[in-house]
Amino acid sequence: MQYPQHTEPLVRLLGVTKMYVQPDNYDILILDDITLEIRPGEFVALLGPSGSGKSTLLRIITGLSAPSFGTVLYRGRPVAGPNPHAAMVFQSFALYPWLTVLQNVELGLQAKGVPLAERHDRAVKLIDLIGLNGYEDAFPKELSGGMRQRVGFARALAVEPELLCMDEPFSALDFLTAENLRSELLDLWLESKIPTRAILMVTHGIEEAVYMADRIVILSKNPARIVSDMPIALPYPRNRKDPAFMQIVDTVYKVVTGWNDHPHQSSVADLTEPKSPDRPHLRPIPHGHLSMLSGLLELVADRGGRDDLYHLGSELFLEVDDLLPVTETAELFHLAEVKEGDLYLTDLGHQFVEADVSERKEIIRTQLHDIPIFRLIDRVLQSKANHAMVKEFFNDILEEHFSVEEAERQLMIAINWGRFADFFHYDTDTELLYLADDQLLSSQDVVQDSE
Amino acid sequence: MALISLLIAWATRAPRPHPEVGKISLSFWRLPVYALYSWLRMAAAYLISLLFTFVYAYAAAYNKRAEKFLVPLLDILQSIPVLSFLPVVLLAFIALFPGSRIGVNLASILLIFTGQVWNMVFALYHGLITIPRDLRESALSLNLSPWQRFRSLELPYSMVGLVWNSMMSWAGGWFFLMAAEMFSLGNKNYQLQGLGSYLQTSANQGNWTAEIAGLLILVLVIVLMDQLIWRPLLAWADKFKMELVEGDIRARSAVLMILRRSRLIEWLGNAVLSPLLEWSDRWFGVKLPAWRRKSILSSIAGLLRTLILAGIIVGLITALEGTWRLFEHVSGAQLLLVFEATGATLLRVLTSLAISVIWTVPVGVFIGSNRRWAKMLTPISQIAASVPATALFPGLVALLIHVKGGLSTAAILLMVLGTQWYVLFNVIAGASAIPEDLREATKMFRLKGIRVWTTLVLPAIYPYLITGLITAAGGAWNASIVAEYVSFQNHVYTTFGIGSLIAEASTSGHFPLLLLSTAGLAAAVVVINRLIWRPLYNRATKRYSLS
Repeated sequence: MQYPQHTEPLVRLLGVTKMYVQPDNYDILILDDITLEIRPGEFVALLGPSGSGKSTLLRIITGLSAPSFGTVLYRGRPVAGPNPHAAMVFQSFALYPWLTVLQNVELGLQAKGVPLAERHDRAVKLIDLIGLNGYEDAFPKELSGGMRQRVGFARALAVEPELLCMDEPFSALDFLTAENLRSELLDLWLESKIPTRAILMVTHGIEEAVYMADRIVILSKNPARIVSDMPIALPYPRNRKDPAFMQIVDTVYKVVTGWNDHPHQSSVADLTEPKSPDRPHLRPIPHGHLSMLSGLLELVADRGGRDDLYHLGSELFLEVDDLLPVTETAELFHLAEVKEGDLYLTDLGHQFVEADVSERKEIIRTQLHDIPIFRLIDRVLQSKANHAMVKEFFNDILEEHFSVEEAERQLMIAINWGRFADFFHYDTDTELLYLADDQLLSSQDVVQDSE
Repeated sequence: MALISLLIAWATRAPRPHPEVGKISLSFWRLPVYALYSWLRMAAAYLISLLFTFVYAYAAAYNKRAEKFLVPLLDILQSIPVLSFLPVVLLAFIALFPGSRIGVNLASILLIFTGQVWNMVFALYHGLITIPRDLRESALSLNLSPWQRFRSLELPYSMVGLVWNSMMSWAGGWFFLMAAEMFSLGNKNYQLQGLGSYLQTSANQGNWTAEIAGLLILVLVIVLMDQLIWRPLLAWADKFKMELVEGDIRARSAVLMILRRSRLIEWLGNAVLSPLLEWSDRWFGVKLPAWRRKSILSSIAGLLRTLILAGIIVGLITALEGTWRLFEHVSGAQLLLVFEATGATLLRVLTSLAISVIWTVPVGVFIGSNRRWAKMLTPISQIAASVPATALFPGLVALLIHVKGGLSTAAILLMVLGTQWYVLFNVIAGASAIPEDLREATKMFRLKGIRVWTTLVLPAIYPYLITGLITAAGGAWNASIVAEYVSFQNHVYTTFGIGSLIAEASTSGHFPLLLLSTAGLAAAVVVINRLIWRPLYNRATKRYSLS
């Protein structure tokens, strides 16, 4: 696809900002000042780590949700309410289980008031086009995942949208099914078999974005800002083994992991700081799983202590989205460093790989003492006479820094790590975090340090 | 107001010659007609319940401000026993239709309504607020009109819960059938022709042949309803389940199969239903928004809203003032009386629950663990469960009335009879949900006897048991009114408790005491729900859920 510059844009976002208002005035910023244009003929991929607000942005563009500040224009007119010229394909398919394939596809036409006979004809034609003929009277639960998403596409395309929005449309499908659907959709799009003028796809798969889109917009997280907007000039059909393709994937990888080198630029704590200067920083901890951390570090150690992130990811069948939390955790514990898309083991990392299970726990326990959330938990548990505190208390504190769900998630990870490293105990029934006698001694010094 | 005065004028101008007390003939030939009358009243009450459900649940689910008071209010309304509504409802309708039977009939229908409606509202409200976000968003992004959203998303999503709760509501309606067809207020008796008063009258006269004949007809009606209406509906509602994999047990109904395959239904679907849907889409979808845009109409709507709000406020103030007036007559002794009576009934409720648990847990686990037995016993127990316990009550009372403490025992037995099924069915469901691998692991470790129960069976059925007990407790409290106050062979027998207090106050028209004892009962139910059942339930689902 060529890159038309002079046509009037379909969608224009001007300084779109979204924040979730918290009851205690510490609002959480999700999208920060996003300005973006989508022109006819473009296939745009919105790429970013999970929790970066890319789905929120998509919902604002389709008019499902309204921005806190800023304007969304569709063909020069402000968008208020669901945009009738846009259609949406969902990650979870969002089919109605009680309607047949045909009825699901007809739904959007019904809303437009298309007469029965015409509606039926158009739906049947689309079902043929998308390769589902014969399944008109089947219910979604009788179909496989890939076929369900085909219905999702047919339903969205039935209303002949100018803008097709897709929210991670392939990530709930297995690898082969997803690959098959991707190329079929590309065929429909490239050969103009569908009247769609532009496609906007939210994804966290870098290869997927490079394979399909002719423009990639990369978002950062906490809050989301546009860090890069790059055209992909490769001709279709694209070949994943092509060196030029791999070169671009590697570049995108560097951009996606690169913003991570400056973690201070955008943390939630920074945003709330001006309102109360003496509030301590509470940086979020990454959602990394500790068993995956050990596995990854061992693999990198086998490779001689450094490896390319993209390479690692494709070898482990991990999307960058699943890989990044683990590498971020490794960095947080000073076990490894990421530089320009490569992961290096540190001395401590080598030591960790050599160690047995209890020594590994020891290393992580030492590292946890430097992390704000754990310092907070430790200080509270030390100062209480019975060395125990309800989970709710920490949850409340975290909610001043994060959204409600994120606070809960942060605490879950903290409890997981704390249990693993024998840093504190947690009783699920009573929802109490508490210190055992041996944990008491070792943490006493830390309290004195920090005071 | 104008409409109401018109209604009154019409009602007074055409006074019906019928007396307020309908004569009940015990002749068998009248039975089918009586059964039809009772059924019609129930059906009317059910239709009103359905309408009310949609309005109330919609307001509660979609209006944040309304939700804040509608949901707690529902909790309280649900715990108010049917008979407490009686005097208000009856007086209002008799005032509206003096000298005619319409008023008494409407009062009866409204009484049944107050027993049927609350759980249905909860079911729909719960359905509406739990619709998955992506389904909601897809409806929005497809630009479905509110009406289309209702018929293709909201109603289907809530359908399973609505059908189940409709069944429960009808069962509850049959339970209070006798109370809703024969009641007294002050020194006046009101009687409506119907199955309930037939049963009551024959029990009063000690005519056991008539009693048994009435019971048989009642069971027949209930079984017919089950086979012709509920089973097909349940099997049909199966397609509205939100599961994306085919469940291994599907509800089946031969009647539904016949209907689905019949030409007539197909023709009706093509020639009537789909044009009707088309028309409704256009009517609601296109015209409604167009009307709304007109400013005159919106200002009228605004005016109406303010009027309704003002009406509610005035109503609340009068109600509060009235309550205050009524409570002025309440003495400390009465307060103590209500307190003690609540305690006495609480003991009975607890005893009935204990009895239910003792027999249903072993039996339910046995049935739930053996597929063959489950197949044979489930239909039998379902029919047994559908017979309203109140219909058997006169027989029980006849047996126990002359024993010391007999009515108290009979009251507990009635509570057990009426509520044990909730516990049984939940235990069966829990036992049949125990995964096979857990059973095998138990066998591998050679756990025997009591250890199997403590490590596997009891924890596995615990959440289900709690669910069953919560429903059963609610039913038992409500049953106390008919259980503790019985008129039998033209003699009134009572045993001390909050139920008999309410029944007495209602019969004698002693409003302050009625209000006080109703408040006492409602408070007890709500407080016990909040402080005991809900924490138990939360813990059960968190700790012992098998998923």
